[in-house]
Amino acid sequence: MLGRLARHPGALCGLALLLALVALAVAGPYVCRWSYTDVDYTALRQPPDARHWMGTSRIGQDVFAQVTHGLRKSLLIGALVAVVATGLAAAVGTCAGYFGGWTDRSLMFVTDLLLVLPGFLVLVVLAPRLRQWGWLAPAGVLALLGWMVTARAVRSLTRSLKERQFVVVARLMGVGPVRIIWRHILPHLASFLVADATVTVAGAVVSEAGLSYFGFGVQPPDVSLGTLIADASDVALVYPWMFFFPAGLLTVFVLAVSLLGNALRDALDPTTVRAAGPPRGAVSGLA
Amino acid sequence: MSVLIARRLARCVVLFLLSLVLSYALASTALDPRAYFEDRRPPPPARVVDRELARLGMDDRAPLPERFAHWADAAVHGDLGRTIDGDPVRAEFGRRIGVSVRLLLVGTVTGTAVGTLAGVWAAARRGGIGDRALAGFSFVVLCVPTFVLALLLKTGALAVNRAVGGSVIKYTGERTPGLQGDWSVHLRDTAAHMVLPALCVALAAIALYSRYQRAATLDVLGADHLRTARAKGLTPGRALLRHGLRISLVPMTVFFSFGILTLLTGAVFTERVFGWPGMGSWLIDSVEKGDVNSVVAVNGFAAAVVLLAGLVADVLHALLDPRVREP
Repeated sequence: MLGRLARHPGALCGLALLLALVALAVAGPYVCRWSYTDVDYTALRQPPDARHWMGTSRIGQDVFAQVTHGLRKSLLIGALVAVVATGLAAAVGTCAGYFGGWTDRSLMFVTDLLLVLPGFLVLVVLAPRLRQWGWLAPAGVLALLGWMVTARAVRSLTRSLKERQFVVVARLMGVGPVRIIWRHILPHLASFLVADATVTVAGAVVSEAGLSYFGFGVQPPDVSLGTLIADASDVALVYPWMFFFPAGLLTVFVLAVSLLGNALRDALDPTTVRAAGPPRGAVSGLA
Repeated sequence: MSVLIARRLARCVVLFLLSLVLSYALASTALDPRAYFEDRRPPPPARVVDRELARLGMDDRAPLPERFAHWADAAVHGDLGRTIDGDPVRAEFGRRIGVSVRLLLVGTVTGTAVGTLAGVWAAARRGGIGDRALAGFSFVVLCVPTFVLALLLKTGALAVNRAVGGSVIKYTGERTPGLQGDWSVHLRDTAAHMVLPALCVALAAIALYSRYQRAATLDVLGADHLRTARAKGLTPGRALLRHGLRISLVPMTVFFSFGILTLLTGAVFTERVFGWPGMGSWLIDSVEKGDVNSVVAVNGFAAAVVLLAGLVADVLHALLDPRVREP
């Protein structure tokens, strides 16, 4: 699988971009001599130069320091949400798919119910109450609202796995259901879950940035990519560096994660590779 | 067919009512309308605040079930309560729903239609320059968060206006306030304001649905009945549109009902960025004020849109695929 991934140009591109961004987020604050709260009164609204690599904001804060700090926060939230949401989806999906019957029906009803209310709206409503808990609470709620679609997919995968011989044999040998799920079903789902978690990271980062854009996410003096974009959105033409650096980094991050996620999915699922290959059947004349 | 629709409808109604209960409970516990009054300068006496909250049905000292029963009783009779500023929620709802539905309808219908056709076209020319360009375009659009996309469109419009030296592209509000003239002037004005926000919603829809449609079309390209259609003398394009499109649309109905969630959330950002007084802006404003009744109304609207999209998808599915119609 890794070999197939390495041959995929998209995967290499995505991975390189992602590593560069992570390096920027981790090392950025140490490399830069300004911290994200420092104010340089001698340089207000300065375009990028040697002193301030990405220019300064309206009150003289270093944009590079702010962007790297925001990126770090975004990445942390994204990774946390992906892990929790994927775990939840795996637990709910496998239980619903394996046990069937009433467990299945009630779990899927809850899933449907949560799907009816757009998660983002719920998040916005909850946001004022969550403010006092800092950035961890929005991340938790994002995770709680982000598992439903994956859980549905896991459920249908589990239902087909359940009829496979190795699971049936294990059941006949008297292995308990929890152990079957853990030892026999989850390993088969692992590749799907990994690919899906990658996509969830991107979704979580975008949701968090959107929340912060509305002023409901990360609160000042802390910054995230969303608050930076919101602050600079009305002066994007006059002071482009304030807007395009955070917006560009956010987009590049999503791009990198999607590239990697797509490549992972292709590498894990041999059928999609075949579908993308040369046309099959006799209807090539249609093209 | 009617049995199927009736069953789906019943499920939708149950889910809708449950989501109303949930969103009422959520809004009442998470929002703090008391703070809105207490933050006024000069701060009103506690007694006045209590009386005002009780009048609005947002008194946080009354137990939640009691407040909900009171609200639900009025809602059954068509009264959705009052906003935190004392105006009827229903009047506000009526004003805003038109704005949002117009944006969503124009955006999604254009986006779905263009996206579907683009997907078929890309599948027919798979591997060609057009196909690759479309794939790249969809990928990039899907990677740009909606609010960044909206801001980029707005900034672009601003730049164009500056370069030309006039307001060629409208990017604020849904109409020019205080515009004089007959209906054709108003219609043109509304249409001009519609272009950018609708484009923002449509771009996401095009990117999303063209990928799905391309995959769905590729699946039917190899089908026997398409070969038969070619054999009886239909041109490739005609065979694909007459016999391939219908089958490839069947899986699309499912994606349509899932995609509406994404588009609805995107519309909140679009409304906010372009200053449209729709449901999305209302939600953000109401949450900031702690306006429980308005938040419940918006959430009800969102749930209704999602469920309705699911229902439309089910009916379309049944219309396209005769096998589903038998219960």
